[in-house]
Amino acid sequence: MRDVIKAFFNRPTGWIGITLLALVCLMAVLAPVVYPTSPWEMTGPPFARPGDAGMVLGADTLGRDIASGVMHGARVSLLIGIASTLAALLIGVTLGCIAGYFGGWVDTVIVRFTEIFQTIPNFVLAILLVAILTPSIATIILAIGIVSWPPLARLTRAQVMTVSTREFVQAARCQGQSTASIVLRHVLPNAISPIIVAGSLTVATAILIEAALSFLGLGDPNFMSWGFMIGSGRTVIRQAWWMSVFPGLAILLTVIAINLVGEALNDALNPRISRA
Amino acid sequence: MASLRRILVRLIELVLTVLVIATINFMLVHAAPGDPAAVMAGQSGATDERFLNQVRAEYGLDKPYIVQLGTYLNKVIHLDLGYSFRQRRDVSGLILERLGPTLLLTLSALVVSVLGGILFGAVAGLRNGRWSDTLISMVALLFYATPVFWLGLMLVLVFSIQLEWLPAFGYASIRAATFTTWEYIVDVAQHLVLPVVSLAAIYMAVYTRLMRASIIEVSHEDHVKTARAKGLTEGRILRKHMLRNAAIPVVTFAGLQAGAMIGGAVVVETVFSWPGLGRLTFEAVTQRDYPILLGLFLVMSVLVIAVNFLTDIICGLIDPRIAAR
Repeated sequence: MRDVIKAFFNRPTGWIGITLLALVCLMAVLAPVVYPTSPWEMTGPPFARPGDAGMVLGADTLGRDIASGVMHGARVSLLIGIASTLAALLIGVTLGCIAGYFGGWVDTVIVRFTEIFQTIPNFVLAILLVAILTPSIATIILAIGIVSWPPLARLTRAQVMTVSTREFVQAARCQGQSTASIVLRHVLPNAISPIIVAGSLTVATAILIEAALSFLGLGDPNFMSWGFMIGSGRTVIRQAWWMSVFPGLAILLTVIAINLVGEALNDALNPRISRA
Repeated sequence: MASLRRILVRLIELVLTVLVIATINFMLVHAAPGDPAAVMAGQSGATDERFLNQVRAEYGLDKPYIVQLGTYLNKVIHLDLGYSFRQRRDVSGLILERLGPTLLLTLSALVVSVLGGILFGAVAGLRNGRWSDTLISMVALLFYATPVFWLGLMLVLVFSIQLEWLPAFGYASIRAATFTTWEYIVDVAQHLVLPVVSLAAIYMAVYTRLMRASIIEVSHEDHVKTARAKGLTEGRILRKHMLRNAAIPVVTFAGLQAGAMIGGAVVVETVFSWPGLGRLTFEAVTQRDYPILLGLFLVMSVLVIAVNFLTDIICGLIDPRIAAR
């Protein structure tokens, strides 16, 4: 474990990524402290430029503080990114374990199903799910989870297949341990590290999907989000660039941070298969 | 060209996918809060009772689920994607007239991203570890993390509003009717640049990284070492011995990304008011016009399979051994 942490921070990607990510998390935690009033409240003149009327990043078309929106938006982005990744992991790892461990026709059916799900334009399915089930935090998490599991299932299946042939798994089988116990206690723990890496990168794509959904007006109407801010600022970009520039920078920063952390995790956890 | 077996595999995939998507659509209509007839009719709130009854009869909504699913599938197979009450039009007609611009946009973005990815990836891979490699890899990382719609807006901000080089939205100028054919082509091409760049950038970043890894791997292979030992120039080794081998994984992966790219077209077309399927999706979302959304989902999935088939053929052209399989 200590080696892993050391290897993680040994590369610049590791500490740069973790610093940026800490910054975003700090924004999410401190949002209600720094900006106690709701980010939906009008707190200044509409179209205030950055720096005007005490608003560092300016105001939007209705006089709402952009800086407040950016900080509060971090909460929604991180929440949805992590929760929908957990949902995707639940579906993907379960299906991948079943397919990889049992093989045979079960495997064939799950692989075919996964392949079909991978060809489907997943963002369009997410739009359809959220639009029909009405937008809310829960339906957005569900929709992103449903469209994000296939790569995780394929990875888990491949990992489980290789680990299952190892001697210690055969030994556990000979001891007469139950299938569930073999998979959960012997196979999965030894197959998990690439899955952790893939999961961390899924958080980044989930955040991008959430931003695109709320950009199209499919965000939860009760929570300020970065995608919504860009979507509502886009029609006035000619007069007011700041309304769409700053929330976009926030998304960019968060996604880069997560990708860097994922890459460094990969180098630290899977030293053999990572790039030299 | 692709072998008969490949064509057959893709056809089976097409049938299975249409079945799965039609089933997902059907389940969604019934999972939606409220009356399934209202969802199929595409309206929430103000409802025309006569039209609702017509929808109920048409889709047999009083019959058991399995019969309803059969009715729906039968309609889909006959290319009947329902009726948009809001637009007073058949969904299949609406989708058909928006198909062209989307094909133009996504296929251009596909070509640009693959060619750009191969080019930058090859340069980075050949200069592994040098500053040009570091620079390309860093830019790729940056674009990989940029939201597609935001990149589109930033391009508009710089190239349309500040520099006034390229048009910010639309498919052609308002004066297009007075243009000669050649002027019209130039005009559409100018309108195409920014949407294509926004859509292609993220994929170009992915393919660059893939191509870089691929080139590094190929450069260690025996046949490349032999070519080098024979004293061939580096340019010739790259063109004759490395490029084709290294490009195969990129093209294969590009085929797999087709679905994501068509999804990206939704936000790009929204930003640039590009009159294609993506813009239609956005309009249908804002009006909660469900029949159009359900139809679009089906048609876009079929498009993905068509693009997959196209990449099969291209892979076969790059490496004849694949086509022979």
